[in-house]
Amino acid sequence: MGPESLEAKQKEAIEEVLKAYPAKAAKNRAKHLGVGAPEDESQKTCGNVRSNKKTVPGVMSQRGCAYAGSKGVVWGPVKDMVHISHGPIGCGQYSRAGRRNYYIGTTGVDTFVTMNFSSDFQEKDIVFGGDKKLDVCFHEIDELFPLNNGITVQSECPIGLIGDDINATSKMYAKKTGHTIVPVNCEGFRGVSQSLGHHIANDTIRDYVFDGNVDTLGEKVEPGEYDVAIIGDYNIGGDAWSSRILLEEMGLRVVAQWSGDATLKEMAQTTKVKLNLLHCYRSMNYISRHMEKEYGIPWVEYNFFGPTQTIKSLRKIAAFFDEKVQAKCEEVIAKYQPMIDAVVAKYRPRLEGKQVMLFVGGLRPRHVIGAYEDLGMEVIGTGYEFAHDDDYKRTKDEIMRSTVIYDDVNEYELEAFVKKLQPDLVASGIKEKYVFQKMGLPYRQMHSWDYSGPYHGYDGFAIFAQDMDLAINSPVWGHSTAPWDKEGEA
Amino acid sequence: MQEVENIVNGKDLFKKPEYQNVLKEKKQFEGAMGAVDPAKVEEIAEWTKTWEYREKNLAREAITVNPAKACQPLGAVMVALGFENTMPYVHGSHGCVAYFRSYFTRHFKEPTPCVSDSMTEDAAVFGGLVNMKDGLKNCAALYKPDMIAVSTTCMAEVIGDDLYAFIDGAKQEDGGEFLPEDYPIPYAHTPSFVGSHITGYDNMMHGMMSQLTEGVEVEPNEKINIIPGFETYIGSIRSVKSIVESFGAEYIMLGDHSDQWDLPAGEYKMFAGGTKIEDAKNCRSSKATLSLQKYSTTKTMKMVTKRWKQESANLNPIGLKGTDEFIMKLSELTGKEVPASLRTERGRLVDAMQDSYPYMHGKKFAIWGDPDFLIGVVSFLLEMGAEPTHVLCHNAPRGWEDEMRALLDTSPAKDDLHVWAGKDLWHMRSLLFTEPVDFMIGNSYGKELMRDTDVPLIYIGFPIFDRHHLHRYSIAGYDGALNLLTWITNKVLDQLDEDTKGIATTDYFFDLIR
Repeated sequence: MGPESLEAKQKEAIEEVLKAYPAKAAKNRAKHLGVGAPEDESQKTCGNVRSNKKTVPGVMSQRGCAYAGSKGVVWGPVKDMVHISHGPIGCGQYSRAGRRNYYIGTTGVDTFVTMNFSSDFQEKDIVFGGDKKLDVCFHEIDELFPLNNGITVQSECPIGLIGDDINATSKMYAKKTGHTIVPVNCEGFRGVSQSLGHHIANDTIRDYVFDGNVDTLGEKVEPGEYDVAIIGDYNIGGDAWSSRILLEEMGLRVVAQWSGDATLKEMAQTTKVKLNLLHCYRSMNYISRHMEKEYGIPWVEYNFFGPTQTIKSLRKIAAFFDEKVQAKCEEVIAKYQPMIDAVVAKYRPRLEGKQVMLFVGGLRPRHVIGAYEDLGMEVIGTGYEFAHDDDYKRTKDEIMRSTVIYDDVNEYELEAFVKKLQPDLVASGIKEKYVFQKMGLPYRQMHSWDYSGPYHGYDGFAIFAQDMDLAINSPVWGHSTAPWDKEGEA
Repeated sequence: MQEVENIVNGKDLFKKPEYQNVLKEKKQFEGAMGAVDPAKVEEIAEWTKTWEYREKNLAREAITVNPAKACQPLGAVMVALGFENTMPYVHGSHGCVAYFRSYFTRHFKEPTPCVSDSMTEDAAVFGGLVNMKDGLKNCAALYKPDMIAVSTTCMAEVIGDDLYAFIDGAKQEDGGEFLPEDYPIPYAHTPSFVGSHITGYDNMMHGMMSQLTEGVEVEPNEKINIIPGFETYIGSIRSVKSIVESFGAEYIMLGDHSDQWDLPAGEYKMFAGGTKIEDAKNCRSSKATLSLQKYSTTKTMKMVTKRWKQESANLNPIGLKGTDEFIMKLSELTGKEVPASLRTERGRLVDAMQDSYPYMHGKKFAIWGDPDFLIGVVSFLLEMGAEPTHVLCHNAPRGWEDEMRALLDTSPAKDDLHVWAGKDLWHMRSLLFTEPVDFMIGNSYGKELMRDTDVPLIYIGFPIFDRHHLHRYSIAGYDGALNLLTWITNKVLDQLDEDTKGIATTDYFFDLIR
């Protein structure tokens, strides 16, 4: 298929999809769908799509809420703190341990990530308010989990609607005990997606971790000239560990991970680093900008998916430091090159030319394109659940060919696009996984790495390549049609 | 570094020495106690195993830790997906719906269709009428369901949105373009801060049955209505249907999601199977309604009994006695003798129970789950001579504790058997350390208990995220009881092998034949 016909097909797919909607919804959705062209400088955002707007009601959107952005993404992985899902029982239960934020620790004793703490609101808490209950929660947590290094309060929808003052309750308890208590007003109805939850959570880190001068355990870490922090890596399947190793090998000292496998102390000591390394721009650009403004720490975006982008990023990071680091950076690149060459030699012939459609959140809709291309695969559609204009602007630099761009795509649209464009692999989340597998399409979850990973860094790329091969070349997809139905084809 | 001929994922990658070093070195920057003073962690970990800790833990009044329940709309979504071509529609934030869909999908490994009307801050202030108007229209236009079943999130409940008026308003404004006047849109208020997912099931089922039958003339017939309840074993629904069919009885399974969450490969259809809407509309004409989960259908069955004055019964066809009672009820309602096929099936189950009983007899179990599930499985454990030492129901409704106590009192070991109503799985952790058991029966949330206490976990319950295909099986009827027997007995035998496999120390007991 030539590039022209691909583009034409993509435009046609969008037109067809829009026909299914009532007029008002069609008008809205039209602005969120487009075809991105790598060479087209006239496009303001990739595909000229609009983003970060309210979801059309009544569709199967894949979006989450502000609570998911704060508890699920930013705060939840901080391992030595207890995160209370404050409100009714459901939110904490549905989001328990689903993101695979790996950490080392004794769960229930000094670390708490995979547990679910809930204030389990009942009708009386809605009617009479839940502040008193929250205060009792603090006491009980400190009594039963004495090694916690702080508590965050992750507000669910009702909190902001019934007039509770979690800020005052938290402040009072913190003052009385000297403990770190972080109230987060991340009620699910705020904003249009999880994105505002990221922002709100970032702001509370600023207010309570940086400005709060938190007390932390152990010896103080003396600042060094090669100190960096990994920002916006949630250590899904161990991603931050397979990134960290490369940075350390090139002579940098990673004093903090945000927020996968993070401790409160690491976050507090980040204000002393020389450079912040930002992986998930969407969820943590806010705190990076704040640290730049307040503490003069520069930040740099990087991409550790696939060797091409990893090498580019390693050099970009090294350029902030002296020749010693730069030389070591080249050594690291040289050290891993034979392994990567062998991975590509092994898998590229099995994956060459296979087409992929993506729909994810955060950084991946653009960041993983390079990794697929390294394997000879072609990304022909991508989109974000909760991106803003700046994400779609950045996406322009990553696409390699005509690519259908869909913002906040819903299940109807994604299914229609896939049917029309017939990719060889769909890579998205759990909610869509089985829809496409039913159709006999290879599928990989790109939120949880489908219970595999890590995918970051050189070692992660090898796993990524192996997993994509596993998905695309599995014999199971050939079984869908029964032999008695195959006769006509022969 | 990866070896290309043996690429390993995180399971083994991080065991490599270079990564062990990364993890060790990282500790110098960390503030968790494990990095600062590991002995202190050890000390507190030991303390959490004590009776002293248990007393403090059981005295908790406010914080819930590791719950074993979910919220109302989850149950409402299940009800909707049990009806033909019906879209579950949740009036509230789309974040909730993303959670419901993920939760069910992770359990069933199947798609879970459900929409929301994406209420945001302005809707929280002004009410969600506009969202409802647009949402119903868009949903009907895009997905073309034959029915839309509306439930609510806590946000809509706190601001007090009036579903009846909103749905009516949406239809009026649409003027029949996408939402004809007679388009069925049953609804239920399902506040998350009342009860649990089974309460939501009850509310939505009540909404369906009361609203769909409205204005439909009652013409009494011989059909039997069956409500499965919040049933997460699709095989159980099939077992129940097969039992009823063996009587040749006509029946309406109200809320049959067994096909919806078991789609064959080959093509994707959004909806499959389910109760026919026509049947649901006429279910008031049936001779009787049987609920298979009393505590998931309290309000619904009250309507059937008090308002409809229909013959009704609560049954629980899990285990031998539960299945016997269900079958005798069907025999009574149909006026037919128990068919030979069921007699044989029963005989085979009892035979199997008599083959395996030595391995379950006297074994101590801890078990948790929904109230009706517990009544059923605990009955079965007692039928096998096992001892359900800790029976924990986080979402225990009124009356359940007494019923369970009475059931446990039928055991010779009754004084050592405990009922824990309204407790969570962090309570269970203390119970397991202080009054240990041989095995646990529960959902995936038990795996952390298994790690911490070393008690083997038998996966029976909901949700099960980390074991595959168990939900496809039945735990109801005689065939379901046989599955329970097989899973439990073989886990006991696995553990026996595990305990005796020490070479030249204990493997004399590592018998080939058991």
